[in-house]
Amino acid sequence: MKAFFASVRKEFLHIFRDKRTILIVMIMPVVQIVLFGFAVSTEVNRARVAVCGEISDLQVRRITDRIDKNRYLEITEILSTPEEIEGLFRRNEADAAVCFERNFSSGLTGSGGASVRIIGDGSDPNTARMITSYISGVIQDAGQDASISLSGEKAASMTPSVQLMYNPAMKSSYNFVPGVMGLILMLICSMMTAVSIVKEKETGTLELLLVSPVRPLWVILSKLMPYLLLSAGNFASILLLSHYVMEVPINGSLALLSLVALIFVVTSLAMGILVSVISSSQRTAMLICGMGLTMPTMIFSGIIFPCESMPLVLQWFSDIIPAKWFIIMAKKIMIQGAGFASIIKELTILTGMAVFLLAVSIRSFKTRL
Amino acid sequence: METNAIEIHNLTKKFGDFTAVDDISFDVRKGEIFGFLGANGAGKTTAMRILCGLSRPTSGSGTVAGSDIWKEQEKIKKHIGYMSQRFSLYPDLTVRENIRLFGGIYGLRDREIREKTATMLEILGMEDAADKFCSDLPLGWKQKLSFCIAQIHSPQIIFLDEPTGGVDPETRRRFWELIYAQAENGTTIFVTTHYMDEAEYCDRVSIMVDGKIAALDAPSSLKDRFGAASMDEVFRTVAGRAEREDQ
Repeated sequence: MKAFFASVRKEFLHIFRDKRTILIVMIMPVVQIVLFGFAVSTEVNRARVAVCGEISDLQVRRITDRIDKNRYLEITEILSTPEEIEGLFRRNEADAAVCFERNFSSGLTGSGGASVRIIGDGSDPNTARMITSYISGVIQDAGQDASISLSGEKAASMTPSVQLMYNPAMKSSYNFVPGVMGLILMLICSMMTAVSIVKEKETGTLELLLVSPVRPLWVILSKLMPYLLLSAGNFASILLLSHYVMEVPINGSLALLSLVALIFVVTSLAMGILVSVISSSQRTAMLICGMGLTMPTMIFSGIIFPCESMPLVLQWFSDIIPAKWFIIMAKKIMIQGAGFASIIKELTILTGMAVFLLAVSIRSFKTRL
Repeated sequence: METNAIEIHNLTKKFGDFTAVDDISFDVRKGEIFGFLGANGAGKTTAMRILCGLSRPTSGSGTVAGSDIWKEQEKIKKHIGYMSQRFSLYPDLTVRENIRLFGGIYGLRDREIREKTATMLEILGMEDAADKFCSDLPLGWKQKLSFCIAQIHSPQIIFLDEPTGGVDPETRRRFWELIYAQAENGTTIFVTTHYMDEAEYCDRVSIMVDGKIAALDAPSSLKDRFGAASMDEVFRTVAGRAEREDQ
């Protein structure tokens, strides 16, 4: 036991002496949260809309006004022919356009109905979809009001009203905060552990520890301690940032979230040990972690692309990524306020992965030496 | 009472088809300085790793410090010290912290560690450098420090794997003074080396060729037997028969 504490002490000295690394580790989550929060936002804010039609027409003017008053939209251009729209998109002077047909008002009051086209800039499909759905919502409202004012009574019609539970404002931070948390915890635990073990392999100090009576298991465990503490620090800083800056709620129990994070951290540490066993230099370890762990996690864990829209084979593949399960649980707990009962399946899977990886990594670490 | 620190019988280690250590047997007496020579790839590091409990042999038997190399690896580890060919202390820890770490790892009490640290620094004349980082020390100092740390727990046997690689003759000579001092205290020294002048300092040497021990005796007897003036000549005669390529 004394030997264990001696080596834990040494691991902490290593970390605190390495000022550059510790700075990166402490600042990385902050930068990532801020980046994802403000730069990689998929929310639409003051999209520029061009209008094409007879502005003298009463209904056209009313609808145009309503679009302009919407907090997410803004009329920037009035065009006389639809042909000008393409030029606007090319010069990036508008994000969407609305085209009213000729004699719009009379078409509306007449029996044939009036037609209006919404044109989005499909070169950015996500944003285009968001903007066009905003505009069509505005126009639908305007159309209903218009028909009421024309006929004097509400025509019988069915309009679906869409409500997004848990995230009514469609804030993307609700999605990426759990994602970034998963990514950072995995990065720190697996990459840093792998690098620190491989570093000792490179310098030959690992041999020195192994000829000593200290059991290899204690050597590894002592190596994991500082990273456990660091990831706890990161976990706290991400939560604080996301709560107070991004205003992401923590609806569920914080204790449950911490437990889930702890299990995920153990899984990542085990992966780090595995990487250290198969790599012989620090550079290899970094590469394996970057290409083999970080990238699949980014792509397959549902942070950026939803798993549901992947081909079936890739969906199966995504199931073996621990971060996916952690992120699902984190979302459920933080956003939906789910309790233990509703995450039991994911928790079982993640715990199973943790136990399996830990057993395999410790075993392979021993046999390798 | 046992007189041999190490007894090895028919030790073999295979990696796949490659036989790194091929059926070697030898004894090392207590308190002797035993030189373990051989060209690169002759199998001496592999043999030494088995003796230290770092790897298991394919076949053969033996005892190190009275403990079985198959069953009592953990016990062996308590009674041996090891210094590898690369300088391997922690460069980002100070001299004092390195000593403290290994003291702790070998289960010394805090008071013992403090005493050991003081005597060690005094022997090495490194009192002023105690709080310097190991990375800032000259190579000769580092090696002396590693040697001292390898014996922090007063082991019965110290294994030195090419301890003096890359230092000048004067530093090497002073390093050997340390080895002699330790051997006089009754510690067995098992040392591998490339330098044939160092082989002359040993009580007995073995020369490994192609995984086998080709010669084993006191340096003076070996010189007589091969009619050579120096160990360098002996080595060239014996190792010249090697079939294995240098790595």
